[in-house]
Amino acid sequence: MAVDEQKRNKNYNAYVEQVTPKASCLKNCVKAFITGGTICTIGQVLLWTFKNAGLNKDDAASWTTVCLVLGSIILTGLNIYPLITSWGGAGSLVPITGFANSVAAPAIEYKAEGEVFGIGCKIFTIAGPVILYGIFSSWIAGILYLLTKLWM
Amino acid sequence: MQKGKQSVLFDKPIFIETVSSVVGKKESEGPLGELFDVVVEDEMSGKENWEKAESALLEQAVDKLLVKTRYKKEDFRYMFAGDLLGQLIATSFGVRRYEIPVFGLYGACSTFGEALALGAITVSSGAANQVIAAASSHFASAEKQFRFPLEYGNQRPPASTWTVTGCGAAALTNETQPVAITGITTGKIIDYGVKDSMNMGACMAPAAADLILANFEDLGVDEKYYDCIITGDLGIVGRKILIDLLHEKGHDISGRYTDCGIEIFDAASQNTQAGGSGCGCSAVTFCAYIMKNITGGKWKRVLFVPTGALLSTVSYNEGESVPGIAHGVIVENLSSQSN
Amino acid sequence: MEFIKAFIVGGLICVLVQILMEKTKLMPGRIMVLLVCSGVVLGAVGLYEPFQEFAGAGASVPLLGFGNVLWKGIKTAVDEEGVLGLFKGGFTACAVGVSAALLFGYIASWIFKPHMKKK
Repeated sequence: MAVDEQKRNKNYNAYVEQVTPKASCLKNCVKAFITGGTICTIGQVLLWTFKNAGLNKDDAASWTTVCLVLGSIILTGLNIYPLITSWGGAGSLVPITGFANSVAAPAIEYKAEGEVFGIGCKIFTIAGPVILYGIFSSWIAGILYLLTKLWM
Repeated sequence: MQKGKQSVLFDKPIFIETVSSVVGKKESEGPLGELFDVVVEDEMSGKENWEKAESALLEQAVDKLLVKTRYKKEDFRYMFAGDLLGQLIATSFGVRRYEIPVFGLYGACSTFGEALALGAITVSSGAANQVIAAASSHFASAEKQFRFPLEYGNQRPPASTWTVTGCGAAALTNETQPVAITGITTGKIIDYGVKDSMNMGACMAPAAADLILANFEDLGVDEKYYDCIITGDLGIVGRKILIDLLHEKGHDISGRYTDCGIEIFDAASQNTQAGGSGCGCSAVTFCAYIMKNITGGKWKRVLFVPTGALLSTVSYNEGESVPGIAHGVIVENLSSQSN
Repeated sequence: MEFIKAFIVGGLICVLVQILMEKTKLMPGRIMVLLVCSGVVLGAVGLYEPFQEFAGAGASVPLLGFGNVLWKGIKTAVDEEGVLGLFKGGFTACAVGVSAALLFGYIASWIFKPHMKKK
């Protein structure tokens, strides 16, 4: 690419940055705080309920996850979860409910393309990377842990 | 007759006999709502998927055109049509039952301009007496292909646009009518290195500016030659950029300029952020709003400039920028020229 | 009290991610990957577990907590089974969350139809 073209593009991108309206970061942060806080509090209520029902800590946490995932997927099917995210932004993306939304959404959307190549493949379009890199990073962490154990 | 580097002025005008427009519910609730011929209340059009729903829009637009026009289906020798989906499936499945020879076009959101231009050239050359030009887009099929599944939550930034659900079709003929295409300017691919796919206006504005300047230069005119210059889907961000870019070159279009994406929605109440986009945006706005104003005599000569952002999910993931293209079509009301 | 802590901590994590999203324009998919990997790292360096003791669901519900669960699974498996644990711990730990999402997501595809976006 010619040098003056690079310069033109750089200037143009800087100019675009300047004229493009930005969402109010403060307002979006408040919304994210309320949404994320609410979802986590629901999680805490579930956790508390399962613990009171006599489950141990790990089982209570697992049941909490199951309930949050189920709730999120029902709201996804009813087309309510996207409305929550369009208001709450990261507030409903960051919790495990956002992960569940990312699994259910393509499953519903790609049903038209068939069981295997539609739902079966596309169910992982957004969640697949999360699973892959989660497993990979924990595997690396595990190797490092194993090495330190052998060393010590 | 060839003009300058990239324009044509037709020796004999190509007339626009009839137009038809089909839109979704949201578009019908916008400022131009009453002008559209057909409103599809059910976004799925009673079909089982979004792609078929988009094909149904095209079918309804062509059906409506064939009802409104005085020509018979057999009189149309060619159809020029396109959409946003991969391999133009909305178009090919939408037009298959008509048995009209078809040229499938891809110009991203500029497709309707490309269809009008190629249709006009074809009629002008004598290869056809009547042709149909059409373009469609559907919010859901576009969202599914270019962004996320619809049930997936995300936040739309203020510079993003809303793909119009709609299809516009026009019947072009060599027989005299009040409104005509008198010239075209074909756009080059212009890339200013913008990579933000959520800011299409900024990606396409340089292409629109380049096209408008080329048109002025090729024809030896300036902005005063036109009563209105109308871009396809630059939205509020692209609008400002285009005005600034042309201002730098010594042209002030602000008093005689608008954008289909801005006209079609009321951004504040309809939550469409920077405006409408998609092939259907410029197509239905042209077929409803622009044609009405030209036929009615409010504008005598218009430069219609549908704009397109040339990206795919592949090019985007591979880190490419988003180049733009624009197609200019000069549309005039010839009956009022004597006044 | 534990509910208030969960609200505030969970909310604050979301605020930090919101700021990250607006500053970097990263797509949601990348954000989720980033969160899970960060959770693994924070777990491995020993920060996340005490933080979760303090904040409860405020720390376990965000995807960072999912990363921490993966780390805990790997650690336990490595402690018990050595090298083979490296290939077991991750999936064992995330089994509940991932299975629930896949199963309910799949069943949802039978029940629900695609909808037009409202906003």
